[in-house]
Amino acid sequence: MADEAKSGGGLEFHPMDQFLIKPLFGDGPIAWYTPTNVTLWLGIAILAVVALMVLTTSKRAIVPGRGQSIAELAYGFVYKMVEDVTGKDGIKYFPYIMTLFMFIAVANFLGLIPMSFTTTSHIAVTAVMGFGVFIAVTVLGFVKNGASFLSLFWVSSAPLPLRPVLALIELISYFVRPVSHSIRLAGNMMAGHAVLKVFAGFAQVTAVAPIAILGVVAIYGLEVLVSFIQAYVFTILTCVYLKDALHPHH
Amino acid sequence: MEGDIAQMGQFIGAGLAAIGSGAAAIGVGHVAGNFLAGALRNPSAAAGQTATLFIGIAFAEALGIFAFLVSLLLMFAV
Repeated sequence: MADEAKSGGGLEFHPMDQFLIKPLFGDGPIAWYTPTNVTLWLGIAILAVVALMVLTTSKRAIVPGRGQSIAELAYGFVYKMVEDVTGKDGIKYFPYIMTLFMFIAVANFLGLIPMSFTTTSHIAVTAVMGFGVFIAVTVLGFVKNGASFLSLFWVSSAPLPLRPVLALIELISYFVRPVSHSIRLAGNMMAGHAVLKVFAGFAQVTAVAPIAILGVVAIYGLEVLVSFIQAYVFTILTCVYLKDALHPHH
Repeated sequence: MEGDIAQMGQFIGAGLAAIGSGAAAIGVGHVAGNFLAGALRNPSAAAGQTATLFIGIAFAEALGIFAFLVSLLLMFAV
């Protein structure tokens, strides 16, 4: 990556270099057990979630402090989302969805710290979550509804000759779900951070530096918003898929 | 100079793929604009539909992200 940018001449900035995976110790080859910067930041994200959700609420204060307020807000927010989208019988799966939301939101926000590593910008990380949701929801649909889960693909409100065609389209769109689910998050994070780096690269040029720095500030604000919205979108789509699994009839 | 034709094609392809991002912007604008138009007509019903709004935006945006991904693949992976 760096070589390609270097041979281009002119400005020297490598917007994609921030996504390189490096081992924490030494320069050896990366095996599956090598601690890398991804490992480090995934660990920090989990510790941050634990600190926010467990440590701050452990006092159970009647008048919540700052940390407890945030934890309670997040809990209430996700709880209402699950209840609104999935319905009463989806509340059982609230812990899973809460875990997903907190992890993605915290990992996104941690990625915004300068010089940190955005774990959610890697498709390897988001695909695990996306396919995890997909497999869980499919298994749940068959366990809850048996073979009648397949009626999800048979649109009974459509005219009869159209139904096989629609079934094919529904089937394809069902299997594209985990792909778009995970690529949406990774793509958004990667695109945002690459744009930040591009603007930061323009700051080297004296003529456009003030505009570039203003641009970085503006894009950074946008990225804070995007970090939250992508975590929200990921969880709300999980809720929608869960609703499809629990109530497959159109 | 010779041998650069392949790279040129790569860059042109990446640029063409980036058009998809702009198309996705049109789609997201459509979703948000129509939501606002409907919300101003019936503000009391708007609050319950914000989740639908975000789902619509996410679906519209996903395809733009795919286009962005194609251009990234052309730039760095091919």
